[in-house]
Amino acid sequence: MNKITNVTIAGLGGQGVLKASDILTAAVFSSGCDIKKSEVHGMSQRGGSVSSDIRFGAKVLSPMIPRGTADYLVVLTEDQVDNNIDTLREGGTLIKPDTIDSEKLTNKRSINVALLGVLSKHLDIAESCWHEAIRNHLPEKLFDVNIEAFNLGRR
Amino acid sequence: MNTSKKQLLSGNEAIALAAYHWGVKLGTGYPGTPSTEILENFSRLGGKAQWAPNEKVALEVGIGAAYSGARTLVTMKHVGVNVAADPLFTAAYTGVSGGLVLISADDPGMASSQNEQDNRHYARAAGVVMLEPADSQESYDFLIAGLEISEKWKMPVILRLTTRICHSKTIVQPRPCDSPSPEPSYQTDRAMRVMVPANARPAHKKLRQKLSEVALWNETSALNQAISGDKSLGIITSGISFMHALEAAPQAGFLKLGITYPLPIEKIRQFANSYERCVVIEEGDPYLVESIRAAGVMVEGKDEMYRFGELNVERVKRILAKDASPEAILPKGKPPQLCQGCPHRITFEILRDMNCIVSGDIGCYTLGVLPPFSAIDTCLCMGASISVGLGMRHVLDEKQARKIVSVIGDSTFMHSGITGLVEMVYNRPQTGHLVIVLDNNTTAMTGLQEHPGTGYSLDRQSAHQVSIEELSRSLGIEKTYVMDPRKEIESLKERIAECLAGSDPAVIVVRSPCILSVKARKK
Ligand SMILES: Cc1ncc(C[n+]2csc(CCOP(=O)(O)OP(=O)(O)O)c2C)c(N)n1
Ligand code: SF4
Repeated sequence: MNKITNVTIAGLGGQGVLKASDILTAAVFSSGCDIKKSEVHGMSQRGGSVSSDIRFGAKVLSPMIPRGTADYLVVLTEDQVDNNIDTLREGGTLIKPDTIDSEKLTNKRSINVALLGVLSKHLDIAESCWHEAIRNHLPEKLFDVNIEAFNLGRR
Repeated sequence: MNTSKKQLLSGNEAIALAAYHWGVKLGTGYPGTPSTEILENFSRLGGKAQWAPNEKVALEVGIGAAYSGARTLVTMKHVGVNVAADPLFTAAYTGVSGGLVLISADDPGMASSQNEQDNRHYARAAGVVMLEPADSQESYDFLIAGLEISEKWKMPVILRLTTRICHSKTIVQPRPCDSPSPEPSYQTDRAMRVMVPANARPAHKKLRQKLSEVALWNETSALNQAISGDKSLGIITSGISFMHALEAAPQAGFLKLGITYPLPIEKIRQFANSYERCVVIEEGDPYLVESIRAAGVMVEGKDEMYRFGELNVERVKRILAKDASPEAILPKGKPPQLCQGCPHRITFEILRDMNCIVSGDIGCYTLGVLPPFSAIDTCLCMGASISVGLGMRHVLDEKQARKIVSVIGDSTFMHSGITGLVEMVYNRPQTGHLVIVLDNNTTAMTGLQEHPGTGYSLDRQSAHQVSIEELSRSLGIEKTYVMDPRKEIESLKERIAECLAGSDPAVIVVRSPCILSVKARKK
């Protein structure tokens, strides 16, 4: 049985949707499964909606998650829930920013990585893969804050 | 060169990597979503890549390199091929010496484009072999195959991508190059290179002959893949549609075409005959289905409603079920806006308050059409702001004519605005005209690329900087002004009013850097 895990990450341009999706994708890739990631961007720098589909499992075909089949929907800002909720399957998990106590975030911009921490609790990916992905996708000087954010979500 | 490790790459990155591994000597193009990252990555890897002022120039530079025997890559978005169509059609006649692959990155669904034209028609119209990959691995492999076909038959090849191929990341296994890139050297061949009618007539016949050879070869090419399945349903498809269709109907038989011009028509006939029902699944126009039917093979197509937008698994299931009922309307996301602090905002506020009729152009500044500005009245294609504005000036009564302003970005000006300026001084409207160049010193829309006016090349080396104001003055436009919208709002307003009241051709270069580019440069 070819069970595919579907994750959508959504938010507004500039919030780090694509960065979060790159980190997740890299973490999954290093764990060894087939993976595809797809997103529509191009005009995202001007604050419009952005979303990214990540699919992984034994063999992934279409890079786009069929409507109503996402296992996880990670949304970086509350007001982007409504226009993305259709992607989630019945019984799927919605991960929203209020899952994180933002008072505890040293850098508010690392909310994307903090929410990946929440997602990581549901996925069978070694912590070392996550750390390596975070290291490879963010500037060195932001590594510690982001690991802290990741751990906050993962707790 | 490490080619052993699997990598997770976008289609664009995979193409850049294949071009680098196969020793492409020159990559040239003009930015355009979704193609832009190909040359940027090729340059990052160490390849020689450059931005041309527009796609016609890019393709001509590429053809020159390929005439000289070099492996060459030329990249552009679908509408760029319209600009480059003139050299393309005749390069099909002349052929090339070095491998030449033209990337056409189409945008079905218009994620970031002004139309969703289907460039597969170009392959047939110009008589150029076309390949269509379905993921990043195939993007890598098909670029190489494209170079091989181009070198073998000495003709340009189109590699047609779509947004989902360009921007999706999938796993790629690279491989070591098994055919070294030839050293460029020019061999005189006037009969094939000088397209006067006496040479072009036989060249056209030669082209058709080469195409029939390719078609014959394509009947057994490994680039077209047959997967047997349940006899009740056979699906003919190509590109990303293959992935959606395989997921939608895993039990079906498939003929996945890698080369979609010229078609392996006998292979298709045989496939169609061995299934009870044979359906063509393709995104965009009914290109495959019409070509296949024209050859007398009866295949099913899709309802007209599926011509619009991208396909996906759900839509393929509907096509297979012959379901043409209205589709669910998906909630719309938030549209993009001009950044807070974007210098373009100031000009649009002024134009709005002056109640101008604005002949606009394409770039970030097209977002001036949205509230609170609502200050763009037309947007057609790159460069059209100046010429469309002139046409309006010529025929409108004086009262309306004096409200017309053409607004164009700096990259767009370099791309195709200059000839509009020449038109303005040559066929000068009675009321004169005003062109505002929004010079933010970058190509912001597509992700901050350099252009001939920025003073830097693609790889951020300093380059000669073309001056917009000097160009304008050299055409005899005395009323050429440069203004800073942040420091001179009042005088900018006055200057615009003065130009609209006068009857001379005028150019105001409104100069202030894109705030995102300033941030990016600081990093
Ligand atoms: C023929 C063609 N080529 C490329 C594009 C993609 N494209 C749209 S606008 C643009 C340039 C925008 O730069 P500029 O005019 O400087 O305006 P800015 O975005 O910086 O405001 C490009 C490359 C296109 N739409 N049409
Ligand atoms: S990216 Fe630059 S040009 Fe585009 S809206 Fe933002 S500031 Fe303006």
